[in-house]
Amino acid sequence: MGLLTNLKQSITRVTDGLFASEEPKRIGIYGPPNAGKTTLANRIARDWTGDAVGPESHIPHETRRARRKEDVTIERDGREVTIDIVDTPGVATKVDYEEFLDHDMEKEDAVRRSREATEGVAEAMHWLREDVDGVIYVLDSTEDPFTQVNTMLIGIIESQELPVLILANKIDKEESDIQRIANAFPQHETIPLSALEGQNMDEVYEKIAEYFS
Amino acid sequence: MPEVTSGDGDGTPPEEDGLDDGVRVDMISGARMEGLTSMEKIRLILDGVRDGNIVILEEGLTPDEESKLIEVTMTEISPDEFSGIEIETYPKSSSSSTGLFDRLMGKEEQAQKLTVIGPANQIQTLHKDENLISALVSRK
Repeated sequence: MGLLTNLKQSITRVTDGLFASEEPKRIGIYGPPNAGKTTLANRIARDWTGDAVGPESHIPHETRRARRKEDVTIERDGREVTIDIVDTPGVATKVDYEEFLDHDMEKEDAVRRSREATEGVAEAMHWLREDVDGVIYVLDSTEDPFTQVNTMLIGIIESQELPVLILANKIDKEESDIQRIANAFPQHETIPLSALEGQNMDEVYEKIAEYFS
Repeated sequence: MPEVTSGDGDGTPPEEDGLDDGVRVDMISGARMEGLTSMEKIRLILDGVRDGNIVILEEGLTPDEESKLIEVTMTEISPDEFSGIEIETYPKSSSSSTGLFDRLMGKEEQAQKLTVIGPANQIQTLHKDENLISALVSRK
C-alpha cells in the first residue's frame, strides 16, 4: 500500500475520532475462560447503573452469548465516558464436553454446553473483528499468561488498532503474580484488580475513562 | 466453499495411504500459502488437522486469519469427533511491532512466524517462551 493511501487512512482515522458522534463506544470484555470477565462486567454495571450483566460461575464457559449493557456512564477525575459494555464468552481454540463432566454434569448437558460454548467463541471473534471500539482484556493473574490464545488475541486486537486495557484479575488470591502478566505484554499497561472483591476498582475506572473517552 | 484442487506438482499435501502407525507432519512453505485466500488457507489447515495431522506453517497466519481460524474451528467442533485445535507460535516480542512511521510508509507487519497446529487431543504444549516451543505429540 502506498504512502499517500496510508497517510489518507491515518488522517481519516484521526478526523473520524475528532468528529465522531456522541454514541457510546462498545467496549468488549475479552479474555480466556474463567478469567473473571462476567464478574468484572457485573462489578462495573452494578457500580454505575445498579444492574448486573449476567450470571457468574466457576465452571468454564458460563457465558456463552455476548451480552451488552448499554449506556454505562463512568466519571473519574473530571473525565466522563459513556460506554456499552459487551461481556463476551471466553475465547479458546478447543472445547471438549468431557471437561464439563468433571463439574457433575450429565453427558447430555455437557454436550449442549460445549455446543453453546463453541457458538459463543465464534460469536466473540466476530464481535472483535466487526463490532467493538475498544477492549478490556481480562487475565487471571494466578495463571500463566503465555498462552497461545492470549498471544493471538492481543495480536488480533493490536492489528485492529483498538485501544486495549489489560487487567490482571484475582489479585485477592495468594498465587497472584501481576508482574508475570506485565512481562508477557510489555507493550501495554497492566492494571491489577480483584473484580470479585472490588480491589483497585478506582484505578480501573480511571483508566477506562482515560483509554476510552 | 471452493476446494483447492491439486494440479501436478502444486505442493498440495498428498492423501494418506494407510499410514496408521505414526503421526503425519505437513510442513507448508510460505510460497505454498502465498497464493491462497484466507479461507483456502484455513481449509487447508483444518482438513489436515481433522485427519489427525500436524501442520507446520513456515510463515504463519495474519491476525485476521487467526481470528477466522478460531471462528471456523469452533463451527466444526463435534462431540467425540473433533474437539478443536492446539496452535502454537512464538510470542511476539515487543520490539517487533510495526510502528506508526512504518505503517505510514506502507510497511505492514509480516506474519512470518513459524506456527504449529494440531488436533487438540493429540498435541500438548510442554513449554513455550520467545525462543522455544516444546510440544508432545501423540497418535490418534
